Amino acid sequence: MAAIRKVHRRGRFKCNQLRRIAELMDVRSIEPELRSLMVAGLEGDAAAHKMLLEKLSVQLRGYFKAQLGRYGRDPVEAEDLVQEVLIAVHTRRHTYDRSQLLTPWVYAIARYKFSDYLRRSKISRTDVPIEDAEALTAYNDSAQVESNLDLDKLLAGISPKTRQAIQYVKLEGLSVSEAAARSGMSESAVKVAVHRGLKALATMITKKEPR
Amino acid sequence: MRTDKLIDILSTNVEPVKPGLLEKTLAWAVVVGGTTAFCLMLATVGARREILNGSELGFFALKIGWTLSLILIGYLLLTKLIRPVQTGRKLVAVISFSFLAVAVAGAVALIGSADRRIIILGTQWVTCALCIPLFATVPFILLIWALRKGAPTNLKRTGAIAGLVAGALGAMAYAFHCPDDFLPFLAIWYGGLIALCAFIGAKFGPRLLRW
Repeated sequence: MAAIRKVHRRGRFKCNQLRRIAELMDVRSIEPELRSLMVAGLEGDAAAHKMLLEKLSVQLRGYFKAQLGRYGRDPVEAEDLVQEVLIAVHTRRHTYDRSQLLTPWVYAIARYKFSDYLRRSKISRTDVPIEDAEALTAYNDSAQVESNLDLDKLLAGISPKTRQAIQYVKLEGLSVSEAAARSGMSESAVKVAVHRGLKALATMITKKEPR
Repeated sequence: MRTDKLIDILSTNVEPVKPGLLEKTLAWAVVVGGTTAFCLMLATVGARREILNGSELGFFALKIGWTLSLILIGYLLLTKLIRPVQTGRKLVAVISFSFLAVAVAGAVALIGSADRRIIILGTQWVTCALCIPLFATVPFILLIWALRKGAPTNLKRTGAIAGLVAGALGAMAYAFHCPDDFLPFLAIWYGGLIALCAFIGAKFGPRLLRW
C-alpha cells in the first residue's frame, strides 16, 4: 500500500514538473512578443500598445484571481487590480528599461500593487511571497467583469480642464494639438491634464469603498 | 467600467516615450540639491580659510572623495531602484563596505592616538551635527520628488538610499567649512550623520514614495 502511494506521489511530482516546464516554454514564447509590443508602444504605436494591454490583462486577471483565492478574498476584486495595474503599466511605462525583459517588470508592478492592496484592505499577511516572474505568465483568464471604477462618476469628480482633456484626447481620440486648439489650452497643458486624469482614475480605484 | 473600455482609453493617442528621462531627473535633483547645500553652507557657516587659500587640502580631499563616492554610488543605485524589478544588491554591499572601511580607519587612528578627546569631538562637533542634516534637507526633498516620477517597488530601501545621498551631499557641503581633520571625527560624525539621514529616509520612504 505504502509502495503504491509512493509511486503515485512520484507520478504527481513528475506531472507538476512537466507542467512547470510547459509554463516556462510558454513564457519563452510569449516574452519576445510582449516585449516587442511594449517597445513599439514606447515609440508611439497605439495599436501595439493596445494589443500589449489586452494580452497583459488576460494574464493579470488569472494571476490576481489565484492570489486573491490564496488570501481568502473574493476573486471578483481581481478586475479592480487588473485595471489598476494596467493604468500603472501605461502611466509608468517610462520606467521600463528597453534592455531588460518585460515580464519581470510587469510582474514587479503587479506584485507591488497586490501587496499595496493587501495593506489597504488590512490583511495582516502583507508579505506577498516572491515567486518567479514567470508565475505571471502561467495564468490566463479572459472572463471580464465590471470593475468598481465608474467613468462617469470619475469625470464628474475632476476639474473641468482635466475632464475636457480626457474627453477630447482619450474618449474622442483627438490628437493633442487638435484638443489644444479646441480647448484653448497649450499642448503641454493638455498633456499634463491627460496625465492627471489617468492618475485620478488610478486613485479612484484605490480609494473605493471595500465591497 | 469594463477593462476593454479602459484599454481603449489608455491606448488612444499613445505618446512616444524618450529613454533616459528618469536618469536626467535624478541627476538634476543631485546637482541642484548639492548646489543648494553648498550655497546654504556659504550663507551660514562659511567656507574654511585654509581651503580658500589652498593650504591643507589633503584631509579636505579625503572628506570630499569619500562623500563624493557615496553620492555617485548612491545615484547609480537610485537609477536602478527607481524602476520596478532591479534591486542593486551589489551596490548596497559596496556602500556598506565603504562605511566599514572608514569606521576601521577611524578606530585604528583612535588606538594610535594619545589625545582622544580632540580627535573624536574635534572643535566643532555641534556645528557639524546641526549642519549636515540641515544641508541635507533640500537635496532629500528634491530626490524624493524625482523618485516619485518613477516606480520604485522597494520603498524602504529607495528611501534609505535617497537619505544617504542627501546626507552625503550635506556632508560634502559641510566639508568646505569643517576645521576638524581627524579620521575618528570623520567616521563618527560624517559617517554617523549620513547613516542617520539614511535611517530617516528608510523610515519615511514608504509613506513618501507610495504610488
